[in-house]
Amino acid sequence: MPGVMQDVATHPLDWLVILPVVLSLIGAALLLMLREAREAQYWLALALVAVVLATDLALVLRVSEIGPVSMTMGRWLPPFGISFTADIASAVFALAAAGVTLAVLVYLRHDMPDRARRDGAYPLVLLLLAGVSGAFLTGDLFNLYVWFEVMLISSFGLMVLGGRSIQLDGAVKYGFLNFLATTIFLLALGLLYGTLGTLNMADIIARAAQAEPAVMASIAALLLLAFGMKAAAFPVNAWLPASYHAPPAAISALMAGLLTKVGVYALLRVLAMLLPASREVLDPILMAVAVATLILGPLGAIAETNLRRALGFLVIGGIGASLAGLAIGDEAGLAGAATYVLHAMLTITALYLLAGLIETITGEMDTRRMGGLYAAASLPSALFFVLMLAVSGVPPFLGFWPKLLLVEGGIEAWRAGAGGWALAAWIAVLANALLTLIAGSRLWAHIFWRPGHEDATTEAPNADLKRLDRAGLWLGLGSTGVLTAAVLLLGLWPEPLLGFGKAAAAALLHPADYIAATGLEGAAP
Amino acid sequence: MDHVVAALAGLFVFAGLYLLLSRALIRMLLGLTLLGNGVNLVILSAGRLGRIVPPIAPGDAKVPLAGAANPLPQALILTAIVIGFAMFAFLLVLAYRAYQSLEADDTDRMRLAEPPDRPQPPMSY
Repeated sequence: MPGVMQDVATHPLDWLVILPVVLSLIGAALLLMLREAREAQYWLALALVAVVLATDLALVLRVSEIGPVSMTMGRWLPPFGISFTADIASAVFALAAAGVTLAVLVYLRHDMPDRARRDGAYPLVLLLLAGVSGAFLTGDLFNLYVWFEVMLISSFGLMVLGGRSIQLDGAVKYGFLNFLATTIFLLALGLLYGTLGTLNMADIIARAAQAEPAVMASIAALLLLAFGMKAAAFPVNAWLPASYHAPPAAISALMAGLLTKVGVYALLRVLAMLLPASREVLDPILMAVAVATLILGPLGAIAETNLRRALGFLVIGGIGASLAGLAIGDEAGLAGAATYVLHAMLTITALYLLAGLIETITGEMDTRRMGGLYAAASLPSALFFVLMLAVSGVPPFLGFWPKLLLVEGGIEAWRAGAGGWALAAWIAVLANALLTLIAGSRLWAHIFWRPGHEDATTEAPNADLKRLDRAGLWLGLGSTGVLTAAVLLLGLWPEPLLGFGKAAAAALLHPADYIAATGLEGAAP
Repeated sequence: MDHVVAALAGLFVFAGLYLLLSRALIRMLLGLTLLGNGVNLVILSAGRLGRIVPPIAPGDAKVPLAGAANPLPQALILTAIVIGFAMFAFLLVLAYRAYQSLEADDTDRMRLAEPPDRPQPPMSY
C-alpha cells in the first residue's frame, strides 16, 4: 500500500507541537535525578517551565500564522501513526497552562512544607504540566486518555505530598472518582474504535458523519459523563470541594487552574468538533447540566465557611459557564466557552494563590475566624477585590467578556428558534454572575472588611494576624500580583482575548484546516 | 462468541459498579478493578473475535488474511492494563495509609475534609 509511510520529514518548526510535552517529561526525569540537590532542583524546574512557556508562545505564533500544526510519530501516516495536532485553542490553552505553572512554581518557593519538597514536589509539577500540555496538544483520542492518566497520577502524588490526614481523606475521594471517570472514558474509546475503526481526531470527524447516529450519540453521552466528571459539572461535582482544599495552597491552585479546564477542553473538542451530530440528542441534557452547575456552584460558595472550599464552588460555577457556551453551540457560544476557560485558568489560580497568602496571614482556613485584613494587609485586599470582580464578571474585568459572548450567543440562538433552553442558558449566566458577586462580597466582608473574628465583641483590630515574611512578600505576593496583573490587562484590553475566542470557535466549527494539517484531506467527504 | 464476551463484559461492569456503591474502600477498589477489566473486554471485542488467524501478512501480501483479529485494540488494552495496574497500586496504598491514619476504611467515617455537623454559615453580611 503506497502512501502509508511518511517519506517527507516534518517541517522543523512543526516540532514545536511536541516540544512542550517532551521538555516537561525530560525535565521531570532530570529533576528526579537531582532530588538530593534541592536548590539546583528548584532553579532547573523554573528554567524548564520558562522554556516550555517560550515554546508554547512560539507555537501560538506559528499556529496563528499558518493555521493548525500537526506532527505524526513513527513514520506511519495518520490515521495509523499517533498525531499531535494543535489548533489555536490547543496552543493558547497550553500557553496559559505553562504560564500558570510558572507562577505557581515561584509561589511554591516560599510556601511548601519541607517534607513535600523532599517527596518530589517539583518533578510532579513538571509531570502534571506534561500531562496537561499533552492533553491540549494531542490529535489522537487514545493518546488523550494516556495524558489524562499522566495528569491523574501526578495529581495523586501532589495531592498527598506531605501526607497530612486531611490530604489522605481528600485524595481518596479525588482518586476514586477521577479514576472512575477515566475508566468510563476508556469504555467510550473501546466502543468508538469498534464502530469507526479509528482514534485519530481528524479521521473521526470524517467517519463519524457517516456512522449510525444513535451509536454515536450513546458514545458521546458516555464521553459527556466521563469529561463532565473530570470537569466537575453539577451532578458529578462532589469530589472537587471535598479535595481541592486539602493540599498546600499552591498545589490546589495548580490543580484548580488546570485539571478541570482540561475536562472542559476535552468536552469542547469532542462534542463540538468530533461528534457534532450527537448534539441533537445531547443538547437538552448539556443545557440542563450547564444551568444547574451555573446556579448551584455559587450557591455552594455562599453557604461555605472554609475559604478554599468556597473557591472550589466558584470553580464549579465557572465550569457551568463553559458548558453553557458548549450547549448554545453557535460561534458566539463556543467563543464564550473558550475564552471562559482561558479566563478561569488565570483568575482561579490567582485566587487560590491569594487564598494561600490569606491563610498564612490569618493562620486559619475558616472565614469565621478571619477578619481585619483590610487594615492589616492592603495589597492582598486590593488583589482579592480585583479577582473577585473578575470571577463574577463585572465589567471591565476579565470575566465580563466571556459572559458577554455567552449572553450574546444565547440571545442569538433563542432568536433563531432554539427554544426556551437558550433563553434559560443566558439568564442562568446572568444569575451566576449575580450569585458569584454575592459570594465574593460575603468573603470580602468576612475576611477583609469586619475588624475581627465573627464573635469578636470589640472594634479593636484583629491581633491574631501575622505579617508576611520577606519571601512571602516577594515570591508569594509577587507571583499572585503578576497573575492578577495579567487578568487586569486582558480585561482592560480584551481585543486579543476576543480575537482568540472567535478563531477558536471557528476552528471548532469548521475543522477543514485541522483535517488538512494532519494530511488526511483525501479522506474527508 | 461476540455475545458471550458482551454478556461477560456486561457482568463485569455490573459487578464493578455494584461494588463501587459500597462504603468500604477495599470493595470500591475491587469494583474499580472489575470495571476496568470489563472495559478491557469491550475493547478486545472491538478488535474482532474469532478463530485463530495470525494477524501477519503472509508472503508478499500487503494485508493479513481475512478474519484475522485487529492487533491494535490488543495494544490499547495492554496500555490500559499497565495504567490501570499503576492506579490500582496507588489507590491500594492510599487506602491502607488512610486506614492507618484515619482508622477507617468506611467512607462515611472519613470526614476530615468535609466535617459533618458544622454550624450554619454566618448570617452576617
